[in-house]
Amino acid sequence: MQPKTHTNLDPTFRWLTLASGLGVVLLVAGILYTLVIGAMPALKHFGFGFLVSQSWDPAFMEFGALSSVYGTLISTAIGMLIAVPLSLVIALFLVELAPPAVSRLAGGAIELLAAIPSIIYGMWGLFVFAPFLADHVQPRLAELIPGFPLFEGPPMGIGMLSAGIILALMVLPFITSVTRDVFQMVPAVVKESAYGMGSTTWEVTRKVTIPYGIQGVVGACFLGLGRAIGETMAVTFVIGNRHEISASLFAAGNSIASTLANEFTEASDELYLGALIELGLVLFGVTLLLQLVARWWLRRTARKMGAVR
Amino acid sequence: MRHRSLAYRRGIDLGIRLISSLAALFGIAMLSWILGTVMLKGGPAINWEFFTELPAPPGMPGGGLANAILGTLLITLLAVVLGVPIGLAAGVWLAEFGQQSKTAETVRFAANLLMGTPSIIIGVFVYVVMVMTTGQFSGSAGAVALAIIMLPVVARTSEDILALVPSALREAALALGVPRWKATVGVVFRAAKTGLLTGTLLAIARVSGETAPLLFTALNSPYWPESFNEPTANLTVTIFNYAMSPYDDWQTLAWGASLLIAASVLGTTIITRGFLWYRSRQS
Repeated sequence: MQPKTHTNLDPTFRWLTLASGLGVVLLVAGILYTLVIGAMPALKHFGFGFLVSQSWDPAFMEFGALSSVYGTLISTAIGMLIAVPLSLVIALFLVELAPPAVSRLAGGAIELLAAIPSIIYGMWGLFVFAPFLADHVQPRLAELIPGFPLFEGPPMGIGMLSAGIILALMVLPFITSVTRDVFQMVPAVVKESAYGMGSTTWEVTRKVTIPYGIQGVVGACFLGLGRAIGETMAVTFVIGNRHEISASLFAAGNSIASTLANEFTEASDELYLGALIELGLVLFGVTLLLQLVARWWLRRTARKMGAVR
Repeated sequence: MRHRSLAYRRGIDLGIRLISSLAALFGIAMLSWILGTVMLKGGPAINWEFFTELPAPPGMPGGGLANAILGTLLITLLAVVLGVPIGLAAGVWLAEFGQQSKTAETVRFAANLLMGTPSIIIGVFVYVVMVMTTGQFSGSAGAVALAIIMLPVVARTSEDILALVPSALREAALALGVPRWKATVGVVFRAAKTGLLTGTLLAIARVSGETAPLLFTALNSPYWPESFNEPTANLTVTIFNYAMSPYDDWQTLAWGASLLIAASVLGTTIITRGFLWYRSRQS
């Protein structure tokens, strides 16, 4: 039989798939480039002062990033302060304490928290959680330590505190699931030898499991941090959207992402838009940096672990 | 090491056990609280009109979100058409050709960066590239933003799944004289079919609840979606707008939309995860 002459499609296939792969690289570069170009009017006009100025007044064309950056940092910090210890003990429960069936169910439920869209967190936060906070939690906190600057002001519910708590709920599943995997990787022999010496479960966890997995846990925290810092809708619903810096956690504030979500469509002026895009650039830069650090950390860890074995 | 009495150590251990059990319970309680709220408040909004009618003007009772439901479906569909093939192709290159090369490492790194980029930044990017240049908010810009979010997810999951296909299968095909592309599409894809499908479904579930990238790309609209070149109604931005409005009717509709979004996203996630789990137990 005479073989049919085919045009060889293999090179085309290879180049097409390679182009798609490189497209991802180009996209990241393109985002960075676009944000820099888009932010140019503001970069030129405000210079470095943009980052340290607190004024935000579209009417007078004065823009500064400080209150948004501050709000992003504080709400993220509250979220991480709550989420990290909570995730650690939940992972401990899932790996060491719960029977397998309970662990699978509870683990599944916690992971489901990650699948809830952020706008749902926003709705729940605005209409249910913030009022709950204002009625039941904030007055008690204020009574607990009268005059404490963090808990001053009227209990509105909406503000830094509720934004932070909701962020904690949103990053909780990410940190928990990575921590759980790390805990599960600790060789049973190592744990069993500690149990054999008469250690309690907590002692095994503190002296064996956590030291063994600490680097993975830190990696998980970076992952959670990256999520929290760019979270938009849930924060926008509950943070209150006020361009001012207050010491009190009860006060309304804003974050970079919430400012973008609220004001982007209103920005008619080139400079206003430039300032908003520059805020986006700051956020993008921070997340890039976080990921580079996380990657460097994980690499270092992998090398260290490799050297040990 | 300090010596501590057994009773003290047992006490600490019991305390930690209690705390960690309570923490797990707390997580589950929060999940139930959120889902319960969405069901209780969203349930009453779901009726025939909700799926068939346009939103009523402010202050008027009734109305539905049929346009937003259709718009979300159309935007997501276009995003899938744009994002999945490119993501799949990138995954194929990583698994079949790139493997451990420097270029492949760069592509993986870029994909991870893109996955970690806040979705609102993708929105800003698409705004500058597509909305500012055309001077028009559009459904297609929204779809592009969602496609960019899906792209790295599809690329990385499909790479992982394709890498699991035993190389004996590829080699068997190649030994029969099948060209590489045919071996990939006809043999490797077929072997990895369910994995690819579930990976894609999870990516779709993830983007269909996204709001931030649509805020200033697709925007929103009170009308039926007629073309991708104009602001297009969609559920998530509608939730945002209606929740912030002072009208009770609109807030009820926002809860209904929340229920719809939550049910479809969580439903897809649970079904695909359950399916994966079932399969992993069978093999």
